[in-house]
Amino acid sequence: MSTLVAPVNEPPSPSSRVHYLNASYGIRSWLFTTDHKRIALLYLGSITFMFLVGGIAATLMRLHLIEPQGALFEPGTFNKLFTIHGIVMVFFFLVPSIPATLGNFLVPMMIGARDLAFPKLNLLSWYIYIVGALFTLYAIIAGGVDTGWTFYTPYSSSYAHSQVIAVALGVFITGFSSILTGLNFVVTIHKMRAPGLTWFRLPLFIWAMYATSIIFILGTPVIAITLFLLALERLLHIGIFDPAIGGDPLLFQHLFWFYSHPAVYIMILPGMGVISELITCFSRKRIFGYSFVAFSSMAIAVISFLVWGHHMFVTGQSIYAGLIFSVLSFLVAIPSAIKVFNWTATLYKGSISYQAPMLYALGFIGLFTMGGLTGLFLASLATDVHLNGTYFIVAHFHYIMVGGAVMAYLGGIHFWWPKITGRLYSDGWARFAALVIFVGFNLTFFPQFMLGYLGMPRRYAVYPAEFQVLNVMSSAGASILGIGYLIPLIYLLWSMRYGPPAGPNPWRAKGLEWETPSPPPTENFEEIPVVTEDAYNYAHSGGETRG
Amino acid sequence: MADLAAHSAHPPGFAHQFEEMDQQRAAGNLGMWVFLVTEIMFFGGLFAAYTIYRSLHPQAFEIGSHLLEVQFGATNTAVLICSSLTMALAIHSAQTGKSKSTIIGYLIATMILGAAFIGIKLYFEWYHDYVEHLVPGINFVIRPEWGHSGSQVPMFFCFYFFMTGLHALHMVIGIAILTVLTIMTARGRFSSEYYAPLEISGLYWHFVDIVWIFLFPLLYLIGGRYGSGVH
Amino acid sequence: MTGVIQSGLNCVATVLAAIPVRPTAASTIADDVDKLHFTLTAITLFFTGAIFATIFYFMIKYRRRSENDRPADIEGNLKLEIAWTVIPGIICAVIFVWASSLYFRNSRPPAASTEIFVIGKQWMWHLQHPEGPREINELHVPVNVPIKLTMTSEDVIHDFYVPAFRVKKDVLPGRYTSIWFQATKTGTYHIFCGQYCGADHAEMIGWVYVMTPTDYAAWLSGGSRNESMAQTGERLFNKLGCDTCHVSDGTGRGPSLAGVYGKPEKLRSGETRPVDETLIRQAIVNPNSILLPNYPPIMPTFQGQINEEQVLQLVAYVKSLGAEERQKNSK
Repeated sequence: MSTLVAPVNEPPSPSSRVHYLNASYGIRSWLFTTDHKRIALLYLGSITFMFLVGGIAATLMRLHLIEPQGALFEPGTFNKLFTIHGIVMVFFFLVPSIPATLGNFLVPMMIGARDLAFPKLNLLSWYIYIVGALFTLYAIIAGGVDTGWTFYTPYSSSYAHSQVIAVALGVFITGFSSILTGLNFVVTIHKMRAPGLTWFRLPLFIWAMYATSIIFILGTPVIAITLFLLALERLLHIGIFDPAIGGDPLLFQHLFWFYSHPAVYIMILPGMGVISELITCFSRKRIFGYSFVAFSSMAIAVISFLVWGHHMFVTGQSIYAGLIFSVLSFLVAIPSAIKVFNWTATLYKGSISYQAPMLYALGFIGLFTMGGLTGLFLASLATDVHLNGTYFIVAHFHYIMVGGAVMAYLGGIHFWWPKITGRLYSDGWARFAALVIFVGFNLTFFPQFMLGYLGMPRRYAVYPAEFQVLNVMSSAGASILGIGYLIPLIYLLWSMRYGPPAGPNPWRAKGLEWETPSPPPTENFEEIPVVTEDAYNYAHSGGETRG
Repeated sequence: MADLAAHSAHPPGFAHQFEEMDQQRAAGNLGMWVFLVTEIMFFGGLFAAYTIYRSLHPQAFEIGSHLLEVQFGATNTAVLICSSLTMALAIHSAQTGKSKSTIIGYLIATMILGAAFIGIKLYFEWYHDYVEHLVPGINFVIRPEWGHSGSQVPMFFCFYFFMTGLHALHMVIGIAILTVLTIMTARGRFSSEYYAPLEISGLYWHFVDIVWIFLFPLLYLIGGRYGSGVH
Repeated sequence: MTGVIQSGLNCVATVLAAIPVRPTAASTIADDVDKLHFTLTAITLFFTGAIFATIFYFMIKYRRRSENDRPADIEGNLKLEIAWTVIPGIICAVIFVWASSLYFRNSRPPAASTEIFVIGKQWMWHLQHPEGPREINELHVPVNVPIKLTMTSEDVIHDFYVPAFRVKKDVLPGRYTSIWFQATKTGTYHIFCGQYCGADHAEMIGWVYVMTPTDYAAWLSGGSRNESMAQTGERLFNKLGCDTCHVSDGTGRGPSLAGVYGKPEKLRSGETRPVDETLIRQAIVNPNSILLPNYPPIMPTFQGQINEEQVLQLVAYVKSLGAEERQKNSK
């Protein structure tokens, strides 16, 4: 059933050793932990819950849209569903997903440290996330929000009759969780690398987390202040964004997108880091073009701050502003292309195996390519006029966020699951689920490219009948995708109790995290390793320890 | 293996995730600098919005600015600069191994100056503005003598209260931090080898000071008050 | 068995045939936009296919045959890196120049455009022809004539989108935005609101009716109201008392508006601005932001007393004063 390498000696069951999971028991030992690995699991649970909330909203939306006049809801309710789906998925799932779970768990381990630089701040980050999530859940229960996740003014500041302030505050608060995580990672990566671990020996996942943290630090404060101004405007009617009282609605859009565009790179850069780890392990080769992949992460982080205006091409901004944002948007595509080519080249003359994490990685490369290239349609001024505000945009970002980021997240969870839990799961079921997800995903979102080009606008609770066939296809795909997401939930949870014990390195991967027992002890390493070789040095060993 | 022995040799205040005291101090410093960068972006968003609205409504902003009491703003600027001096002296005292009471003295001086800042702001400025009906959303009254730009003056005061309020909040947090530091000093936690929390808090305090240095001219000194200015 | 397969294939074929791929192209720019769109589609499908195919090929050719495989230790290849940086860069540059020049060309309405005014409000479109007829959620236009739409919103941000013409522009409160198009085929085409605006955003839709010139002329004169926008504006101008200050011979307390449209005007602040729709609207709703050097700031604001449609009627009237003046002078 499992195609993992059978360890030479049957590894001891995780329950026979002391490690971070059983070092202490009871709810207080979890709620007051400062161990980065436990905090990662706290995040894993919370983020999975929020994913389910956002996912239910999406399921209801797609069911509603099988009929042109709407099958299930009043337009007002539908409007709340797409708003909640967007807010929850963006701010409470995608932005924290890989950094807060895999990042928190792996960053210290991959660099040979015992924890992050500021463990208590790390726990505080999680509590802040929870408070923000509670505000948002309150907003949902107390009637919902119907402004779209983009909160455009003056609708959101002066017209909407929904829980805008509660949700704006929720997102504002959760922003500080991201800021503190980014701060923690930057300091940790700068100051706590093991002896011999120079920057250019770092795993590419660390480069990706570093670049992501730069965006966390520089971008998140701006959305925080923007949403705070929005809440103030709504409360006191001062006229910051409402033209009827002297404000400027476009100023809101500039401030909002100044963060929210880099935010999408927060969502994809960690996934790209994961892919570098998976491709190298499952082809048993070093990455092709290491420094190019590393620098492209940094280039993406920097250029991402310069392109926000491409969300505003049809707002009546000057043609010259449009030209500048357009050329910069093309520029930001180049580093991503470089990564895709380097990953593909890594496969050349490798020794490739097809376990579930690798299937997710390979799916990512293809789907991210498609999603990224459809971005060119939107960076192009002439086509963006036609496509902006339509389902083409929806398809574009879902290809990257779901076909890209979520697949990378799942690939990473499957890859490091044995390390995190000390257990193996059924690779057969995992590969089946990956396939279901891949098929369901494409059936859901490919028709949406066509819908958008045909002219169907997004955020429509009802639509002209001529769009029905494509909508039904998309909804059918969504059902399959939903089932696909539930399958891993089942076998992964099952494996925590009944899965066979994993050894320290079931994948025979390179990386300091694989040189600890599974699950690792609380202090990560008996003694801090000394690093003497490059990352992904597969050519010179069969998975032995380094240092 | 060598760790265990090294552990017991480390001074108090050493955190287990680090290997060396130097590493811990470097990490703490870098952490505070990174945090200050996020604060710059946070205030920066507000400053950007303020700048845009000021260029859109120059007359209204000038009227609003002239309604502020520049003598209190200037006094507060001097108060804050002095408090940065006392803070730096506190850190210097720790660095050079001066007595606990010296350090505590400087810390308390900083706190008193900080509290004076808050007090002047709260009573002489904000309360006065409240009495004069200049608080948007609460009791703002547009005065006819402001003429044609009158309807935009509340916008100025909105930014004034939000920016100085956010700044004041940071000051209050700073004073709370200083209180904690004073207690820690009294308990003998610091020495010339280990005074990192003082140093890091000093960075924060100086940053809050610098934000005020930017706020003061932007808010209080628009258009000149003694002759020239925008008509 | 073959029967089942056959009917299954028939089903798929019917479904596929029911899926349109290209929306109607009914304007002068539609074909150009579509060419760019399909070129980008080809590039996307090509590269996606090439990457997937390469991955498949490598997956099979380099599949793991034994646990003792010794894969090659390749660090990289500078030439390849340069190639796959420069080539995508060139492709991007070409697309950027093509798209931008198309956009540039499409952004300037031809001088002889017929102007029609659009007001978006939750959740309907009001359209006003200068000759007088007003429409709700419908826009009648003649074929082969350039049309310029000047648009504003009464409340929140909307967006005027006609997929068949490949045009779209946000419609903003407090300011005017504009687009232009020239329809090439008679027929009926969707209007959609393209920016989420609240509860009935999806119902804020309508139709463009492109008619032959004769049909259009007949439609224009066939309506019950024959008063032009400028005439309605004149009645409003007098009703609101504007004529008491803005006397046409310049003897009133306010400036004469004869012939001001289109000319540059120097303001009290020192800047010079052209007298266009935006300035006139600003003067009506916020007169104290547009002060003139020789006139006292005594004009009251009309914000809240008239809606955007009425503002546009007043604008049309002021514009017409210029035409009369020129006509008078040319006699």
